[in-house]
Amino acid sequence: MSLLFFYIFAAIAIAGALGMVLNTRNTVASALSLVLTMVALGGVYVLLEAYLIGALQILVYAGAIVVLFLFVVMLLNLRQPDFSPQRQRVTKIAAAVIGVLVLLQFLQLIHGAFGAPAAIPEGFGGYRQVGTALFTDYVLAFEATSLLLLAAMVGAVILAKRKID
Amino acid sequence: MLVVIIKLLFIVLVIMAAFLPIITWVERKQSAVMQDRIGANRADIFGIRILGLFHPIADVLKLFTKEDFVPQGANRVLHLLAPVIAMVPAIMAMAVIPYGGVYRFGDLELNLVVADIDWGMLYIFAVGSLATYGAVIAGWASNNNWSLLGAMRASSQMISYEVTMGLAVVGIFMVFGTLRLPEMAVFQDQTFRLLGFVELLGLVETLPIWLDWIRLPMWGIFLQPLGFILFLTCIMAENKRPPFDAPEGESEIVSGYHLEYSGMRFGLFYTSEFLEIPVIGMIVTTLFLGGWAIPFLSQETIIGFISPIFGEGFATAVCMALHVGTFLLKVIFMIWLQMTIRWTLPRFRYDQIMDLCWKMILPLSIVNILATGAAVLFIRGLQ
Repeated sequence: MSLLFFYIFAAIAIAGALGMVLNTRNTVASALSLVLTMVALGGVYVLLEAYLIGALQILVYAGAIVVLFLFVVMLLNLRQPDFSPQRQRVTKIAAAVIGVLVLLQFLQLIHGAFGAPAAIPEGFGGYRQVGTALFTDYVLAFEATSLLLLAAMVGAVILAKRKID
Repeated sequence: MLVVIIKLLFIVLVIMAAFLPIITWVERKQSAVMQDRIGANRADIFGIRILGLFHPIADVLKLFTKEDFVPQGANRVLHLLAPVIAMVPAIMAMAVIPYGGVYRFGDLELNLVVADIDWGMLYIFAVGSLATYGAVIAGWASNNNWSLLGAMRASSQMISYEVTMGLAVVGIFMVFGTLRLPEMAVFQDQTFRLLGFVELLGLVETLPIWLDWIRLPMWGIFLQPLGFILFLTCIMAENKRPPFDAPEGESEIVSGYHLEYSGMRFGLFYTSEFLEIPVIGMIVTTLFLGGWAIPFLSQETIIGFISPIFGEGFATAVCMALHVGTFLLKVIFMIWLQMTIRWTLPRFRYDQIMDLCWKMILPLSIVNILATGAAVLFIRGLQ
């Protein structure tokens, strides 16, 4: 049963990802395919019993971040001529280099992934375990992240203020 | 599997078939009463009017027979898809809401919730966050500037209130110690002594027995009154109905994101807003109004009271019926409350909506979290 659901979610995720990359005519539609991928990934996480990550995947990525993408895309209303061919060439080369690097890392990960699976502790992936780990073992990283977010927030407020004055 | 399907049918049919048509009628009638006029009473079948109860039927007939129109230059696929996307999250949220407790009939154990998952509240937030797309896609795909403005307003309003909605209920999570909705309802099926803190602080050894009787049900609204007000405000803003209907704002941006919709596809937007009213009622009831719990009568008390006379199976069945009835009664109360607010307050201006979210509710909910955390730690330290 869960294997069937895994294949359904995986198919949706791949279809969404392909739809995002291959659809160059309509930016909004490709952003919406990204939402499809995010929701399907959330489903896969839930099947892996990582419930918190699954919920956050949908809540944060599909529900907030891509909405902001859409905001920008809709307001800018970009067309093809806005990108000069010269700039496109640079972007393409950079994308190719990054793509190859990620592919190499992914292959390395796959190579090591077929060992015996590690034992999963009781209640793994629940909000209690993740919360406890965040506030005990990883409290330094947690606080550092909050500082980073605060700095970003202050920066955003300052930038927004300057425009109004 | 069969049990799950029956539970699913029960909750969806009760809401979709019983609540939904009546709500549009209630909305008309209540607005009429509040504005001191005679309400909907014109739709009749052979001269029979029965208080205007035929109006929902007339509505649906009108919507079905209207022309289904896609404006020129619109993105046809997305324009067709948007009303469906707006509708789905409200239906999905019903899956984790308990409309009754756990009942034992011999070997059979009946848990009256479709999906009893440990992260129920997170599920509701995750599903609810997808509701933004209905408005955004509708506004963009219509190829109309008013629609796009409405979509922008809708998405920024919904994202903002999502943040504060999450923060407003952190206090209730700390008090209940769980995110699982059925567990929350069970927690609220007990009472607490109003003067119990005197004993905790060590002012007296034990309370006199007559003071022991001054009790309140252990409902979220009594443990987290501020959280209740903040959460209700946020979740009503998420629904985009007045006084938070700036995304529609017919006096400023004509009709916002569903300006270019006609016929049944407009009807779907309309239905999704109305469908969210009972769903909001269910969520607020489960979190703050005790869910299916009957105040001062716990499940053991009811079963213990009836079972000596009529046997335990019958007692459990009666208890189950009472609980489901209580839950629906509370949901109806919440629907009435939302309707009253909707017809009492005028529409807020758009900047007022944003100010309310970021300058009032956000700081208040953070204060609520800190105060609740301190209180929970303090009480645990004393026990």
